[in-house]
Amino acid sequence: MVFHPLDQFIVKPLFGDGPVHWYTPTNVTLWMAIGLLCIVGLFVLGGRGRAIVPTRVQSIGELIYGFIYKMVEDVTGKDGVKYFPYIMTLFVFILFANYLALLPMSYSPTSMIAVTAVLGFGVFIAVTILGFVKNGASFLALFWMSDAPLVLRPIIAIIEVISYFVRPVSHSIRLAGNIMAGHAVIKVFAGFAALTLVSPVAILGITAIYGLEVLVAGIQAYVFTILTCVYLKDALHPHH
Amino acid sequence: MATEINDAVAGACLDAGGSALGMPQLCADWIPNQIFWLLITLAAIYFVMSRIALPRIASVLAERSGTITNDLAAAEDFKIKAKEAEATYQQALRDARAEADAIIAEAKASINSDLAVELAKADAQIAEKTAESEKAIAAIRESAMESVAVIANNTAKELVAVIGGNADAKTITAAVNAQMKG
Repeated sequence: MVFHPLDQFIVKPLFGDGPVHWYTPTNVTLWMAIGLLCIVGLFVLGGRGRAIVPTRVQSIGELIYGFIYKMVEDVTGKDGVKYFPYIMTLFVFILFANYLALLPMSYSPTSMIAVTAVLGFGVFIAVTILGFVKNGASFLALFWMSDAPLVLRPIIAIIEVISYFVRPVSHSIRLAGNIMAGHAVIKVFAGFAALTLVSPVAILGITAIYGLEVLVAGIQAYVFTILTCVYLKDALHPHH
Repeated sequence: MATEINDAVAGACLDAGGSALGMPQLCADWIPNQIFWLLITLAAIYFVMSRIALPRIASVLAERSGTITNDLAAAEDFKIKAKEAEATYQQALRDARAEADAIIAEAKASINSDLAVELAKADAQIAEKTAESEKAIAAIRESAMESVAVIANNTAKELVAVIGGNADAKTITAAVNAQMKG
C-alpha cells in the first residue's frame, strides 16, 4: 500500500497537461476563483437588498464586517481604520480559501507556502514602508525599549530586530503549516481507511480531524488578521 | 519515451507515476503560477470589497443605527407625552374630587340652614299651638268650674227638697258658693 498524502497539493493545469507556466490557469486559479465568487456572493449579492432588517446572508456579511472593523479599530486605533479594506481583503481571502479547502476534492491555496509567503511578506513590507513613511527615522524607536535599564537596551534592541525580521516567516508558515498539516493528516487517515481492520478507527479519525480543521480554518484566518493588525499598530505607533 | 514526455510535462516535481516528489509546496516550477493568480485574486477581492461591498455595508449599518436612534428618540418622546397625559389626568381627578367636596359641603350647609329655618318655624307653630291649647284648656276648666257650681246648686236644691226642707234659691247658692270657696 502506498500513500500519497501530499499529492493533493500538486499544481495541475486546468486544461490539458502541459507545463505549468506562471500564467497557466491551474487548480490554484480555479479554487481562488471559486473563493472570489463566494465572496462576491456573500458581500455583494447578499447585501443587494440594503435591507434595514437584514436577510440571513446579508447579516452574515455584516457580522464579518463588524467583526473585522472592530478588530482593526481596537488594535490599531482610529487612524488604522483607513487600512480596513486591505485587512478585510486578507481576512476574507484566507477565510474562504481555508473553508473551501475543506470540501472533498478541493484544492487549498492557503496550504501553499508560496501563497502565504506573498501574504506574509506583503504585510511585512507594506507595514515597514508605512512605518518609515509615517514616523521617519523615529520608527526605529520600535526597537529601542526606553523603559528598560540602559545596559540592557542594546541587547533588547538586537533581539527586537531579529524578532521583527522573523515576523513575516512565522506569519506565513503558521498559516500554511496549519492548513497543510491538517489536510495531510486527513489524507493519511483516509489511506488507512482502505484497510478493513483499522477502517472504523481511521474513519473516526477523519471525522475528528475534520472537526478540528473546521476550527483551525477559522482560527488561522483570525490569527493572520489580528497579527496583521498588531504589525500595523507597531507601524503607526512605534513608541512604546 | 514516456518518461521523457512526463518530464517535459511535469518538470522536476513529479515522479513517473504522477505523484509528488517531496513537498509540492517547495516545487520552484509552480511558485510563479501561484503568486500570479494570488495577486490577481487579491486585486479582484480588494476591488470588490473597497468599491462595492464595504461602502454598501457601511451605509446600511449607518442607516440602521440612524433608524434605531430615531426610533428610540421617538419612543422617548412618546414616553414623555404619556407621562404628561398621566399628570393631566391625575390633575383632572384631583380637581374633580375637590369640586365634589365643595359641592358636598355647600349642599350640607344649605340643608343645615333650611333645616334650621324649618325647625324654627315648626317650633313657632308648636309654641302657638301650645298656647292655643292652654287657652282652650283654661276655658274648659273655667266652664267646668261654672258647671260644677250650677250642678252643685241644683244638686243642693234637689237634696234640700228631698230632705223636705224648703229653701230659696238665694240661700242655697250662697251656701254652695261658700262651700266651694272652701
